[in-house]
Order: sequence, then structure tokens, then C-alpha cells
Amino acid sequence: MTDLTKRTAAETAAAIANGEVSAVEVAEAHLDRIAKVDDRINAFLHVDAEGALAAARAVDAKRAAGEKLGPLAGVPLALKDLFTTRGIPTTCGSKILEGWLPPYDATVTRRLREADVVILGKSNMDEFAMGSSTENSAYGPTRNPWDLDRIPGGSGGGSAAALASFQAPLAIGTDTGGSIRQPGAVTGTVGVKPTYGGVSRYGMVAFSSSLDQGGPCARTVLDAALLHEAIAGYDMLDSTSIDAPVPAVVEAAKLGATQGIKGLRVGVVKQFAGEGYQAGVVQRFQESVELLRALGAEIVEIDCPSFDFALPAYYLIAPSECSSNLARFDAMRYGLRVGDDGAHSAEEVTALTREAGFGAEVKRRIMLGTYALSSGYYDAYYGQAQKVRTLIIRDFEAAFTQVDVLVSPTTPTTAFKIGERADDPMAMYLADLCTIPTNLAGNAGMSLPCGLAPEDGLPVGLQILAPAMADDRLYRVGAALEAALLEQWGRPILDLAPAL
Amino acid sequence: MSTATTDELMDLDEALARFDPVMGLEVHVELGTSTKMFCSCPTEFGAEPNTQVCPTCLGLPGALPVVNAVAVESAIRIGLALNCSIAEWCRFARKNYFYPDMPKNFQTSQYDEPIAYDGYLDVEVEGRSFRIGIERAHMEEDTGKSTHVGGATGRIHGADYSLVDYNRAGIPLIEIVTKPIVGVPGHLAPAVARAYVAELRELIVALGVSEARMERGQMRCDVNLSLKPAGAEKFGTRSETKNVNSLRSVERAARFEIQRHAAVLASGGTIVQETRHFHEDKGTTTSGRVKEEAEDYRYFPEPDLVPVAPSREWVEQLRATLPELPGARRKRLAQDWAISDFDMQSVVNAGALDVIEATVAAGSDPASARKWWLGELARTANERAVELAELPITPAHVARIVELVSAGELSDKLARQVIEGVLAGEGDPDAVVAKRGLKVVSDDGALLTAIDEAIAANPAVAEKIRGGNHKAAGVIVGAVMKATRVSRAFRLRATPAVPSAGWPPAGTERVRPRSGP
Ligand SMILES: [Zn+2]
Repeated sequence: MTDLTKRTAAETAAAIANGEVSAVEVAEAHLDRIAKVDDRINAFLHVDAEGALAAARAVDAKRAAGEKLGPLAGVPLALKDLFTTRGIPTTCGSKILEGWLPPYDATVTRRLREADVVILGKSNMDEFAMGSSTENSAYGPTRNPWDLDRIPGGSGGGSAAALASFQAPLAIGTDTGGSIRQPGAVTGTVGVKPTYGGVSRYGMVAFSSSLDQGGPCARTVLDAALLHEAIAGYDMLDSTSIDAPVPAVVEAAKLGATQGIKGLRVGVVKQFAGEGYQAGVVQRFQESVELLRALGAEIVEIDCPSFDFALPAYYLIAPSECSSNLARFDAMRYGLRVGDDGAHSAEEVTALTREAGFGAEVKRRIMLGTYALSSGYYDAYYGQAQKVRTLIIRDFEAAFTQVDVLVSPTTPTTAFKIGERADDPMAMYLADLCTIPTNLAGNAGMSLPCGLAPEDGLPVGLQILAPAMADDRLYRVGAALEAALLEQWGRPILDLAPAL
Repeated sequence: MSTATTDELMDLDEALARFDPVMGLEVHVELGTSTKMFCSCPTEFGAEPNTQVCPTCLGLPGALPVVNAVAVESAIRIGLALNCSIAEWCRFARKNYFYPDMPKNFQTSQYDEPIAYDGYLDVEVEGRSFRIGIERAHMEEDTGKSTHVGGATGRIHGADYSLVDYNRAGIPLIEIVTKPIVGVPGHLAPAVARAYVAELRELIVALGVSEARMERGQMRCDVNLSLKPAGAEKFGTRSETKNVNSLRSVERAARFEIQRHAAVLASGGTIVQETRHFHEDKGTTTSGRVKEEAEDYRYFPEPDLVPVAPSREWVEQLRATLPELPGARRKRLAQDWAISDFDMQSVVNAGALDVIEATVAAGSDPASARKWWLGELARTANERAVELAELPITPAHVARIVELVSAGELSDKLARQVIEGVLAGEGDPDAVVAKRGLKVVSDDGALLTAIDEAIAANPAVAEKIRGGNHKAAGVIVGAVMKATRVSRAFRLRATPAVPSAGWPPAGTERVRPRSGP
């Protein structure tokens, strides 16, 4: 019998639907895999074996009753710990929420349940999604399945590592500055940041409200599309959610794989190159561009001058919003409480709790944001950053009048070593250089594997960017490129990862 | 912490001779929407603590706000009624500060983009009209309610522990801020402050957007006050007296602060910019938090909400459906009832406008309706400490009583008994009349017979009366009343009813017994 954990989500769903395997068998295979490898990877903060098996049994019962199963029924998934799950711990990778059992499900959680997806557990992440390496988790770093001494990217390192180590065929991530795409790139998996407002943020614990976006993570473009459709769509509980039909991403993925991209106009962003870009990354990226040309795409160089200011603008806007979003962690209603001994005032208990409960990076950003929003500084920092944001939106608008999609390396380097950038926040922040403009503009982006860097044998990610609500273009191009690369390689890239 | 020192006060007249007050009033109104500002929790008053809460209004991680459309509509209607411009596009903003009863530790409010701005409200005091400029009216959410247990002051410092009820958290509020009120003659300033809040309350109630009951905290007022030397241009430093929660208190707080500021300034001191607490019992204020520097709320646009952009069509629709506003209504009714503005003021002050209007609508003449509601009934309401409308008597009842009186079936005195009966729950006026046998005897024949009999039975008294001693008539009257079993009052209507015995003397229309039957 084939290893059930090696299958794609689409294959697994089909096998369950036609009775080849039961959902319970699939769930058990993944739970076994988690038990076998996750002490080395640390992709999961909480494994909900009971809940997963119950969900799987329900799928099997539905099938037995002759009910029609959805396209992802019975497929296991790792859910980033930023999404609330009723009665299941949700920590956001922070000590301050240790032991909190949310009384409600996030909209994404609810939609996954409605789609009969089997939630295996909650995946590890940088505390409150602040980081690019998952080293900022209060519960220990996640390790990259390609090299256990290296980071799996962040903040959604747990989700990406779970996919790359075959602990789950699907995962949910969140992308505020690249937290889906950059982990996807450095683990050889696929990650999509949908258009802002495409997937409900209700129940997704806020880091930076105007930038945060939940999205699908998978090992193939089609799987990502299936998951995208399961979670996307208007939600009246999220005022910023878009009340429009979800782009037909599954259809686009199928079309891309079968009909290619002839005539597609692809823009190469001039700004995403040069100093700081690893040679092997640049090489694989350029090969991919040539491959796109060979597939019939027209390649154009695109100048987006404002992108140079994206990183500083991001590091004003995101901390500003986070300083306000994280104010609610005050020990009054839920989570950690320190110093409640009758000797301390409410104010002191709040201060002691935040002191003990937040990690260094979270505190750094809260302080940055508090400063940036202060009266007298607001215009110079937050106000100015919002202007940069407008310029970046204009750059994108201009670009998309010339081309259908933009491409770039997802991140300038392959996975770096754990601890390597821990003491250098600026170096860490550079990991998101190419992904951040999309968050600032609110449009859509995907990362998919485009090879291994010759110098270190580690995965390289290619980023595709599309206009807002044109998420389907990502899948069309991604699927076409994925198919062409697979033909070149002869097998999926993850088959090259060392066995665990 | 009860370190409240006694403030020096200057005599009010002297204070006003030397200084001009500048006032600013900030009024918070809880809207009467059935659900909260940003979630669908109910807003009913008086529920068990923390039973009307959800992830959003508890500020749970991940929860998001959604704007209540009815609250926006109410805000626009208030803005229109206050002659404000309505923003074509505005946003909510976060006001960041830590407090245990504020679930998110920021209040979702509006900052530099209020939904309504630049309006005015006219108020009348002592027959003079004053136009109060409205700076802005904006939407925000209420906080939870803290109860500090233990300690002397009921405030958080010194309390043993605190309880927080989040039922109130997220209830829609409209904050209405005046422009600085200047140019009001000093001696009228406290009354103008009161009149403004009263007028605003009337307007809110007329719009039907809130019951605006101050005793329930549905309407709360902050009184900002500063003094400047008489005739000077530059404003002085202001104090902000928080949560002044009755009309009377608004006036008292303003008066107290004028006297306190004046004393400080006259003795060469400086006013500290601070918030002050008002003490309902003594009518005084004490120092609260000193604002050493302006509090930095780090406002920024609320990223979880999309901008509010009311279409002009909608705004015009709302304008067209505004009810008649209190000022216009008072003018109209004063005209209809042929009373002066001053008399109208007493009607308004007594909270009798609605009931009098309804009584007139039910058939009463305006003067009688006014007489009963402002007299007998106002007294009773006052005794029972309730609003007129809460008395167990309806405008229809009063109209019926007026009808009975004008038909001559009840005297004023009897009417009072009927009212007493209705208020005691004995039924409607006709039922009370029947039950208590309250009827003016208008059957002159029966009465004349009784009088004749009484005169005959008391020849000596009759003789005295004939001799000009009218005081002696009481005996005859008593006997007549006993015989006819007529109660406290009766009325002889016509001259032909003069008894054959030549009594009472010509020209006397009414006989009033001194005591009851
Ligand atoms: Zn609620």
C-alpha cells in the first residue's frame, strides 16, 4: 500500500470519495507521521488527534450514507495557530495566550469544518506572526525538513514544515508581509496570499489588520486552489471582506496545467534583484523566466520605483497597527495573568503580564508602533508610510496595465541557519523584501518551488503577483510552470528532501 | 482616597462681575438601537452582568467589528437636527488607552473625520434666545462598567477589588461637542448650559433615537469651563467636570466651577487643567486626574472597518423624514394655545408638553389641560418622584374630566376628587364619578325642596340670615348637604334657583360649605 501521507490533497480526496481508503485511515496515517517526525520538526503546537479522528469518522459516515462529499472531504490539514478554534488551544505562538480555549471558531475554521477538512492540529508560528523564521515562537523554533539546522521561514514555518515533512497535505497560513510565501519558498512548497479581503479575517488573531490575509498552503498548485476555494468568499463578520464572487482558482489551476500560458504577458520587477540576492536563487529564478518564455509568455521588465520604500513603510504600518491590536492582552479576561496576588494594582498586573507574556520581537514592534503613532510623530511616520503605500499601489496599477502578472524571487536567499539572524532584526526583515509590496497594495501573490540552489541544495521560490481579485491568474501561471518544471525534474521537488 | 480639600469659592455675582465664563459641553448619548455598535448583542438595560456579550464586544482575540447601520442612521439624523453638515466620507479611528473596562484597550471612535460637524442648536433662557454652536457629533462605542468594591471613594484607587460588566461595552454612543460657548451674559451661563442639555435631550427624544434618560446614564454630560478677565479675548485654562448626570447638576456644576475658578484666579493662583468629579449631593467638584500633558491617545484610522460614506440621496431622505423638532413644535403649540414663550418654558420644564398636547388632542381646551397637568398632577408627580407620563392617568382621562367640568357635571373641587380616584386606580373618570357618587346636583327642584326644609327646620338661623348675618348660612348649607347627600362641592347655576325664602342674597352665585358632609 502506498504511503497515504505522500499523496496530494486532490488524490486523497478522490481516494476517500471512491472508497479506496477511509478518511479515518488517512487521518491515522498522518497522526502516525506526526508522532514519528514532529519531535524533530516542531511543526505542531497542538495535535487534536481526537477531533481529527471524529471529523474523519463523520466523513466516512457521510460517504456510507451516500451523501456527496466535497472536493476536500477527509483531507487532513494543519491550521496556523493564529486562527481561533472553539475549545482547542489557540496560542498564536505566545506565552500570553497559553491555555486559552477560544469560545468560537474563526470563519476560516468554520469553513474548513463545513468542507469536511480534517484539522489535525495547530501549527507553530512566530509569536503573533511577527517574524520570518518561526524562531520567535514562545514554544521553540520549527525546523526546516530540508535541513534541521535551518529555519522553515516565518511566520508560518509550522504550516510549511508540516507540508514539507508530509505531516499534512494542506495547511493554512497568514501573510502580513510574506508569512505564507516566504516559508513556502524555503521549504519547497506552494503558498498563496489571496487578495486582501478575499478570505475572512474573522477569528484570525490580528497582527496588522490592514495587511493580514489568511491563505492556503499546499504541496501543489491545484491543492492550493482547492483549499483557496474552500476558505475564500464574503463574510459579513469581516467588514473588509470583499462581497464578490471568488475568482475561479481551481478552474484556473486546471487550465494552466493543461492549456499553458501562451500569450501571457509576464513582468519581471527590476527592483527585486541585485545586492543581497543569493546567486543560486537568481539563477533558478532566471531559468524559470526563460521557461515561462519557452511556454509562450511575453517577458517584459517592469520598473516599480516605489518598491524600494516598501520595507521601511511596512515596518511603520505593521508595528503601529500591532501596538493597538495587541493592547487587548491585559490579563483581564483571558490568557496569562501575572502578579494577581492582592499586592498589585490592575495596572501593575497588566504590565507584569505583558512583560512576562510577550517575547522580545513582539515588544520591539509594540514599542516601534507606539512611538510611530505618538502625537507629533504620526505624520512623519504613520502618515508618511501610508503615502508610500499609495505610491506602491500606483506602481502596481501601472505595471498591470502592461503585463498580466509580475514575477520575482520570493525571498532573496534560501533557508538560513537557525540563530543566524536572530540578533540582527534588519537582516531578518530583508527576508520579506520581495513579498511586502503585495501586502501594502492588497493584491494577490503566490510562491511556488522553482528548483534547488546549486550552492546549498535548498529550495528556491518563485513569486507570482497578480492584481486584486485576479487571484486566478496566479493559479493559471503557477500550474503551467509547475507542470513544466515537473516534466524537467521527473518528480516532485519534495522527493529530493532528505528522509526523516 | 478622600483627600478632597475644600475649595475657596468667590461669590457668584462678584465672580461674574470680574470674569467672563467660557463653556464647552460634551454630551454622550446612548443610542436606543436594539443591538450594539459593532456586534449583534442586545442592548437592553438591566440584564444580568456579562450576559449580553460576544467575542467582538469582549475584545476576544480575532474578533472583528461590523458597523450597525441603524446607529449610523441615528447619527446622521441627530446631525441633521442639529443643523450640521454630514460627512460624505468618514472613518472610524482607534483611541488607544488602557482601562480594564475597555475590552480592546482602544475605543473605536471617530477622530478628525466625524460623521456630522459644524451645526448649531438654539436655546431659550428667560425669554432670550442663544445659539449654541455645535462643533461635531461623532459615533463611538461605550465602555464596560466598573464597580469598585471596598475603599472609601468608590473609585478604582483604594478599592479591594473591581467588578466589570461588559454588557454596556459596545453600546452605540453619539458624542456631541459644542463650540466654545462665549458671549452669554455671565449670570445666565449656568442656565444656558442647562437649557442646552435640556433642549438636546428633547431633540434626541423627538428623533426617537434614544430615551436619553440621564438617571440611567443614557445621556451623560461633561462640563468644560474656563474664565477670562471680563472683556478679554484669550481663553483661560479649563477644567473638565465629568459625568454630570442631571439637568440640575449641569447648572450647579457650571456655577460651582465659575466660583471656584474665580477664587483661584483672584488670589493670583493658576487653574490646573484637570478632570473633576461632580458630587451630586453637595453640588461641588473635586479634583480627579491632573493632565500634566495632553493625553496621547495615538489615534489612527480603524483598519478593521471600511469608511462610512452616506450617499447624498440617503442623507436627503433622512432630512425629509425628520420629525418636527422641539423648538418648532414649541413655537407652534405656544401659538395654538395662545401662551407666551415664558409660559411655554414652564410647560417644558415640567415635562408636560407631550401630555398637554395629547390632552388637547383628546378634546380638552388648552388652558384646562395646562391647568390640570401643571397643577394637581405636577404636584402628585413631584410627590411620587415620577414623570408626568408615568402617572396612572392618561391624557384621555384628563380630557374627559375637563369635559365633565365644562358640562357642569363636576366642579373643580369634585374634579380633583375624580383625579384622586383615577390615580388611586379606581378606574376611569366616569367610573370614579359613579363609584364615589360625585355629581354636581343640578336638579334645582330637589335642592330647593331641601333648602326650604332646612330653613323651616332652623327658623332661628334663617332669621339671623335675613337679618344680614350671612355667616350663619353654614348651618343651613350643612343641613341641605346632609339631606341631598351631596359631597364637598356643589353648584347652583342660575338665578331662577333663588329659593323662595329669598336666600341667598341676590348676586351670590356659589355657596361653598366650609367643611365636608
Ligand atoms: Zn457583542
